[in-house]
Amino acid sequence: MTEPFPAPEPTAVSAPYWDALKAGHLQFQRCKKCKHAWLPPRGECPNCLADQWSWERASGQGKLVSWVVYHIAYHPAFADKLPYNVAVVELAEGPRLITNIVNPTEQGGLRADRPVELAIQQEQGIALARFRLS
Amino acid sequence: MRGKTVIAGAGHTAFGKHPGRGTISLNVEAIRKALEDARIEKSVVDALFVKVPTSRFEAMYGQKLAEAIGIQPRVGGVWDQGGAANISMISFAAMSIDAGLCEVAVVSLADNPKTGTRQAYEKAGGDDAAYGWFGIPAGYAMIAQRHMAEFGTRSEQLGAIAMACRNHGAQNPSAQLRLPLTLDRYMDSPYVVEPLRRDDICLVSDGAAAVVVMSAKRAQELRVPAPVPILGFGQGHTSWDVAQRPVLTSTIAASSAKTAFKMAGCGPEHIDVAQIYDCFTIAALMTLEDYGFCKKGEGGPWVEGGRIAHGGELPINTSGGLLSETGMPGMQLIIEGVRQMRGTANLQVAGAEKCVVSNQGGMMHTHATLVLGQ
Repeated sequence: MTEPFPAPEPTAVSAPYWDALKAGHLQFQRCKKCKHAWLPPRGECPNCLADQWSWERASGQGKLVSWVVYHIAYHPAFADKLPYNVAVVELAEGPRLITNIVNPTEQGGLRADRPVELAIQQEQGIALARFRLS
Repeated sequence: MRGKTVIAGAGHTAFGKHPGRGTISLNVEAIRKALEDARIEKSVVDALFVKVPTSRFEAMYGQKLAEAIGIQPRVGGVWDQGGAANISMISFAAMSIDAGLCEVAVVSLADNPKTGTRQAYEKAGGDDAAYGWFGIPAGYAMIAQRHMAEFGTRSEQLGAIAMACRNHGAQNPSAQLRLPLTLDRYMDSPYVVEPLRRDDICLVSDGAAAVVVMSAKRAQELRVPAPVPILGFGQGHTSWDVAQRPVLTSTIAASSAKTAFKMAGCGPEHIDVAQIYDCFTIAALMTLEDYGFCKKGEGGPWVEGGRIAHGGELPINTSGGLLSETGMPGMQLIIEGVRQMRGTANLQVAGAEKCVVSNQGGMMHTHATLVLGQ
């Protein structure tokens, strides 16, 4: 039996982010006033506080900032994935996000600042922005 | 502000398990003991600062505690900065006293995640839970991995911090975990969230601790037997969550310490003993760097070779810290600083004249620094 998955709970602000992933694109927000780019989705620019922003499609290129490997499961849905990695990736456009690296043992393995590229995967019907070592 | 206010008394409950007791009851016991230690009556207390119990948030908690100790504070409130709150509250108490808003402040914290609820410690990372992002240890592990990648910091060096705290705690009769640690045993300790092992992670504890703050003058008038001067304090909040933090390997602890040292009129070179918040070994290592005891990135080799053990150049966490004495978020470090400055510590550092204490909260989201003297 499949354990219940901790699915994202889209809000009015974040729903377009999850919808775009389902359609195969990773997008982030860019401020119309100061041009600052950010994730995760929020209603106001954390740099200049403006509420005028637009969605922009990410190139999908980024680099690995850091990562961890879980050896215990904090949620039953992850028990059969152990050990699994969670990583921080910085997109070429600047925003950072929590993600997973899908091929952590290939290409010489996980190393700080390694280039990575977007690899969207479905998990119980949810599209997640994962990355692969380039 | 240097030396204008003092810690007049300190008290704490037993550390470990307190099944069936709420945090109000634990707070009251610690406050009773702190007042006894200061040899003052409750009637002189006119301010109450309390840290929100991490294990469970409650509205109007400060008023519930004031009622339980039967006072109507002139100044008070509940602080939510995680473990940094203790020193922050002492700072706000000192400034309130200096400004004439109150005269005698009680600063207290209680927590019962061991036998009560742990809901606040195990929460998922919002929508990021879909990626398996859960729990506090992972945030520190993410930071530790980056520190290792940037500076070559090794597991054995994190182990040196765990060993110092555990071996100090093993000699503390009040410590919750009195089990000495060898490097071999540390390296055999299982990973929880790699690169952090079980022995890199603090205890889960019930308990409470409290201190009494007043002016040096008032302490003299009230014939407080062993007041410990507050020489300096500072705080700062890194705030950005781990994933969004532009730099993972240093925190605003550096400016917090700079503020505190400036007020105290001294620097890290004048510190004889340090109580460094060790919720995770990497937090203590980075704090030692950010405070200027060594250069950024050199914390790993610096903590090796017994330098931070009792008898070394800078003994840290002489009662065991969060890794051994109690996992309670931070007040116990201040109380050990008080004991060191009074000369009454179990592992007393001979001739110690100045002690720095660090407190921090979240995943290094918040920080506060206290310098104590004689």
